[in-house]
Amino acid sequence: MATATYDGVEVEVNDEGFFTDPSAWREEMAPIIAKEMGIDELTPDHWRVIRFVRDRYLETGGGPTVRVLGKTSGVTVKELYRLFPKGPAKEAAKIAGIPKPVGCI
Amino acid sequence: MTDSIQKISIIISQGSLEGIYPGLIMANGARAEGIDANLFFTFFGLDAINKVRHEHIKLSSVGNPGLHFPTWLGGFPGVSKIMTQYMESKMEKLDIPPIPEFIEMISDTGAGLYACKASVDLFGMSKDDFINQLDGIITVGDFYQLASGGQMLFT
Repeated sequence: MATATYDGVEVEVNDEGFFTDPSAWREEMAPIIAKEMGIDELTPDHWRVIRFVRDRYLETGGGPTVRVLGKTSGVTVKELYRLFPKGPAKEAAKIAGIPKPVGCI
Repeated sequence: MTDSIQKISIIISQGSLEGIYPGLIMANGARAEGIDANLFFTFFGLDAINKVRHEHIKLSSVGNPGLHFPTWLGGFPGVSKIMTQYMESKMEKLDIPPIPEFIEMISDTGAGLYACKASVDLFGMSKDDFINQLDGIITVGDFYQLASGGQMLFT
């Protein structure tokens, strides 16, 4: 198990960099994780998606798929890929400190 | 991670439900992982992007041993329709979209959708027969150029 340090706090992450303990996440860590992934600035739209996936995870125990995000987050699929070019479900989950969403769609 | 896949080009050559979905799922899954994807629809695969036909894609109920029922049964009127509806309801539960929605979504992910010119000519179709998301009717040579530097997948 690897660790990463965000905002002065050491957290456990898996091989792909996803938090193993979502409760260790703080909002202040999000911009630092995003920067690591090549997203230099988190706009209000980014935050909307990040909060949405995190809330969804806390409610259901899993991160939403891109299809669900596109239908329910208020951000379209096209826009999601503009915000998170390397895969919205995956990138938003990583920034939001939750596990990688499981599923093929 | 230098050997990770950066780009995939997927050819869809069949017009049945089970012939179309795998390529779409692979394309959508590629984009979800941040992999560039292009789709090339050829032969009966063109039905997947035909704006009228893509709403009526059917499962093959004849000559499909995977269904595990006798071929003569699959030939009865309505069997294909019933099996298709059954499959679609199962897919919906798994959050797999119907083909028209899925293709629109894949286009929105930034994947390219292309029709094979030879097949379009063969079936006497034109641009107007296809969905608006289509990025072009192109030759095999053009598609190979688009595919350059990536992996290819024929379905």
